Amino acid sequence: MSNAIELRGAVKRYGPITAVDGLDLDVPDGTCVGLLGPNGAGKSTTMKLLTAQAIADEGTLSVLGYKLPEESKVARAECGVVPQLDNLDTSLTVEQNLLVFAYLYRVPRRDRREAIERALEIAHLTERRTAKVDELSGGMRRRLLVARALVHKPRLVLLDEPTVGLDPQVRQQLWALIDRLRTEGVSILMSTHYIEEAERLADTVVIMSHGRAVATGPPSALVREHTGGEAVEVYGPPARLAEVESEARASGIQTRRTGTSITLLNVNGDAPGAADGERRPANLEDVFVLLTGEEIA
Amino acid sequence: MSTADVVTPTAAPRQRGRLRRLERPALAGVLVREIVNFSSYWRGTTFSSTVEPTIYLVAFGFGFGSLVSQVNGFRYVEFVATGTVATAVLFSSVFPGMFSTFVKYQFQRTYDAILAAPVDTEELVTGEALWIAMRAGVYGNAPMLVAIIFGLDPSWGMLVVPLICFTAGYGWACFGISIAAFLKSIENFSYVTSAVITPLFLVAGTFFPIDQLPEWAQVAANLNPLYHTVQLVRDAVFVNWSVDDLGHFGAIVAFGLLAWRVAIFGMQRKLID
Repeated sequence: MSNAIELRGAVKRYGPITAVDGLDLDVPDGTCVGLLGPNGAGKSTTMKLLTAQAIADEGTLSVLGYKLPEESKVARAECGVVPQLDNLDTSLTVEQNLLVFAYLYRVPRRDRREAIERALEIAHLTERRTAKVDELSGGMRRRLLVARALVHKPRLVLLDEPTVGLDPQVRQQLWALIDRLRTEGVSILMSTHYIEEAERLADTVVIMSHGRAVATGPPSALVREHTGGEAVEVYGPPARLAEVESEARASGIQTRRTGTSITLLNVNGDAPGAADGERRPANLEDVFVLLTGEEIA
Repeated sequence: MSTADVVTPTAAPRQRGRLRRLERPALAGVLVREIVNFSSYWRGTTFSSTVEPTIYLVAFGFGFGSLVSQVNGFRYVEFVATGTVATAVLFSSVFPGMFSTFVKYQFQRTYDAILAAPVDTEELVTGEALWIAMRAGVYGNAPMLVAIIFGLDPSWGMLVVPLICFTAGYGWACFGISIAAFLKSIENFSYVTSAVITPLFLVAGTFFPIDQLPEWAQVAANLNPLYHTVQLVRDAVFVNWSVDDLGHFGAIVAFGLLAWRVAIFGMQRKLID
């Protein structure tokens, strides 16, 4: 099996800041890879590298077998991109937005009509085809943004934070759409900082921190490997939490703060304070915090 | 979500596309976007580009015209009418070049979407400039047509005016795009408007002939593409061709080529990290 995306030692610097710092990333054909990381981890820069809207300082990058940045234009013709920020033409109708992109993505004249109809159906906007983008709800706009990226039947879809700022109903609709793409064999790279999103949709999760991949694997394998089977949540007043934390660390148990509680990770058998805590299965969020750190940059 | 096939990916890798510059489909994509958008705002643009020159003509042609009847052997209203063609080209291309480029880049993020498609910066800039130049090629004629109503005699030479307007408009569009590329904020545009565009607009032989100006200003006018546009338009409308017109046309072509490359360089710096 070949890779739709293959990055080796990719480096991107902005002055003194190294946004992407030796990133290795594979997206095997027909799979969905979730790029998970906190804000500032380098996810968006990675996305820009893949469309040659940023040029890597070091490393080798290939998309659909084309070498970047030299052959990027050919690669882009077979990619669909869903940007983080809505950049639809707001004074145009739903249908006109799709028409413009059918041209930009070089859909042949004889297929154009059909491509637009299909995209309208994907976005569930067939009834609203003549509505201006201004008149659409946030969820409809987001669906149109996804459909716009699919108008030319891309082999690879890049989704940059596809559901950021959306309510749960709309998010769930988009998840269904992304899942459908995956089952139809489209390769997907999706950046997100929503753990649930990565857990539900991604075959492989790549956890990014400070511009590097710090862990790679299927969500369940990552949980097993990094946090063991169980976690214990201890609730209490702040003083009590601090006490549990220092005791646990003293006896070599990893912990994480969750705001209202302290979580003891990798608990096998007994641990200080574990007796009065609640046991629960470890999850991807535990891994995420463990690997990317608790400090907010 | 839907019963329709979302996509059917091609099983076999498609034929390896060749890499070429300035591809026609890419330019067509950029132009189609502009044309479709134009359908939502053409009324306003058409209104302002016909009403504005009419106001200039009436104000200068009749206001000044009552004091000055002849300039360089032309009726003053005809002198101004031909000058106004060039200023109409300037305004209808340099301002869209500056403002719409900046807005599309900074606020609407349109260029992010276009550059994610198989379009590169060179094609994007060229497509945008071609579109603005096409509009200038049409709207630039408005003052001339208005002047015909006010008594300017139609001539065969007028048929080349759209070509002159298009060529000059392309250069000014690229000039405007360059400004948008090199300035950091839209507030700074007023420096360019006051310090660069207003003098260019006045010292071009539009409202008064430049041969009464001090010698340094006459030399400077030769570096002003608008001056060459004014001369070309006048020679075309009054069918008064001479060898000088080759020089005038060469000057606006050279200006267009230079501004085009500068605009591409500037936008590349701005759009590609």
